[in-house]
Amino acid sequence: MARLKVENLTFSFGYQTILEDISFELKEGEVLSVVGPSGGGKTTLLRLCAGLLDRQEGRIENSFATQAIAFQDPRLLPWLDVLDNIAFGLKARGVPKAERLEKAREIALRFDLEEEDFDKFPKELSGGMSQRVSFARALVTRPDLLFLDEPFSALDIGLKRELQNHVIELIESKEITIFFITHDLMEAIRLSDKILLLEPDPGRIVETFAFDLPQKERTDEWVYTQTARLLAHPKIIETFELELK
Amino acid sequence: MDAVKKIVRDFPAFLWGGWGAIAAIFLFIAAWDVGNQFYGDMILPSPLDTFANLLKLFEDEAFLQNLSITVDRALVGFALSMGVGTALGLLAGFFVTASITSRPIVTILMGMPPIAWIVLAMIWFGMGDATVEFTVFVASMPIVFIGALQGTRTLEDKFEEMADTFRVPWTMKFIDIYIPHIFSYIFPAWVSALGMAWKIVVMAELLATSDGIGAQLALARSQLDTETALALVVVMVGLLMAVEYIFLEPIKREVEKWRD
Repeated sequence: MARLKVENLTFSFGYQTILEDISFELKEGEVLSVVGPSGGGKTTLLRLCAGLLDRQEGRIENSFATQAIAFQDPRLLPWLDVLDNIAFGLKARGVPKAERLEKAREIALRFDLEEEDFDKFPKELSGGMSQRVSFARALVTRPDLLFLDEPFSALDIGLKRELQNHVIELIESKEITIFFITHDLMEAIRLSDKILLLEPDPGRIVETFAFDLPQKERTDEWVYTQTARLLAHPKIIETFELELK
Repeated sequence: MDAVKKIVRDFPAFLWGGWGAIAAIFLFIAAWDVGNQFYGDMILPSPLDTFANLLKLFEDEAFLQNLSITVDRALVGFALSMGVGTALGLLAGFFVTASITSRPIVTILMGMPPIAWIVLAMIWFGMGDATVEFTVFVASMPIVFIGALQGTRTLEDKFEEMADTFRVPWTMKFIDIYIPHIFSYIFPAWVSALGMAWKIVVMAELLATSDGIGAQLALARSQLDTETALALVVVMVGLLMAVEYIFLEPIKREVEKWRD
C-alpha cells in the first residue's frame, strides 16, 4: 500500500522557520487537506512533499509511483496549443504522439473543452478554460498521487463546482490519492477525509478533523452544517483570527 | 516540420497582405520623382532612369561579381556573429555572474561606432576580406548576444517547476521549455543583426576594399555617376527588403504567434 508519510518535518528559509515539527500520514485512496491562512507555509509543505524543495529536517516517505500537481495558476506553456499542453505530462513519460494526443482529446472533451479550442494557444483562453486545461494535464497522466495547490481559488462558483465534481468522481472510484491545500474551509470539507489545521508562524498542525461520510453523499446542507461547526471551533477561530468584536 | 508546412501554407495570404506595403513604397517613389523634377538628373536621377540603370547593372558581369563578393562577406560576418553571439549570450544568460559582467562590456561594444571598428580593422587586417568581415561581425554580434542573454535571463521558474512535477527528462525540458522561449528572443535578434550586417558591409567595403558593392559605390561617387550610385543603393535596399519580408517575416510570424 503506497503512502505519503511525513515525520517531524521542520523547514526554514534563512532564520525564519516556516514549518515546525509536522507529522502526518496520507494513505492510498485518501483525501487529505491542509487548511490555514494564506502565507502560513501550506505551499511550502506541498512543495516539500512533491519533492520540489529539498528537505532539511525530518523524514518524508513518498511511495506513490506517479504524481502530478494542479497549481493555483494554470502554468500552461504559452507556445503549445491546448492539446499539446494537456499531453505534456504524457510526453514526459514517452507516450507516442498519436496516442497521447488521443488521450488529451478524450479528457479535454470530458472537461467540457470544445473541439474548436484544441489548437488555441493559452493567450486565447479565458482564466477558467486555462484552469480546466491545467487540470486535464494533471489528470490525464492518471497520477497515483495528486497535489492540489488551491487550484479552485480563482474560479467562479459554477466552474469550481464542476472541477470539484470531477475530483469527487475520481475519489469515488478509489483511483487516486489527493493532497489538497486550501484556505477555503468549505472546499476542504466537501472533498476531504481528513483536514489538518496549519497555524502559521511557524507552521504547525494544531488540530485534525476527520469526516467519514463518502464524498458523493455530501449534500450542500451537510457541507454548510459542518462548516458552521468548524467555524465555531476554538482552534479555527484562533488560527484564522476570526474573533468577533 | 509542421511549422515549415504552415509557413508555406500561409505564404500566399501573407503576400496578399502586402498590398498596403507596396502602395507605401510607390508613394515613396512618387515623392522621389517629385524630388527629381525639382533638383534635376545630376542631383537626384528619376526613379525611371535609376531602375533602367539597375536592369543594365544585372547584365553586367563585373557587377554580379561584386554583388556576390559583398553577399559572401556579409554572410561570413553574420554567420560568425550569429554563432559567437548566440553561444556567448546563452552562456552569459545561464550564469548570473557572467551576465552581470558582460552587460557593461556589451554596452561598450554597442556604443562603439562601426566607423571606428573599420579604422582599427584596416590597421589590424589591412585592406581586404578580413577587415570587412571583422567589422560586420563586431558590429552585429552584440545584437545577437543581447537577444540570447535576455531570452535566457527571462526563463520562468514556474514552468520549470511544473515540468519537474512530471519528472520531465532534461532533454525534453530543454527542447520544450527553454528553446521555444529563448528562440522567440534570439530569432528577432538574428533578423536585426542581419540588417546591421548588410549595412555595415557596404560601409566597410567603401572604405577598405577595391571590390564589392561598396567599392563600386565609391567609384560611382568619384565619377559623379549619381545614376549608378542610386541604382546600387536600390539593389542593397531591395535585397534586404526581399530577404526580410519574403523569407524572414513569415518565419518570424510562425515562431512568435503564441506571444501576446
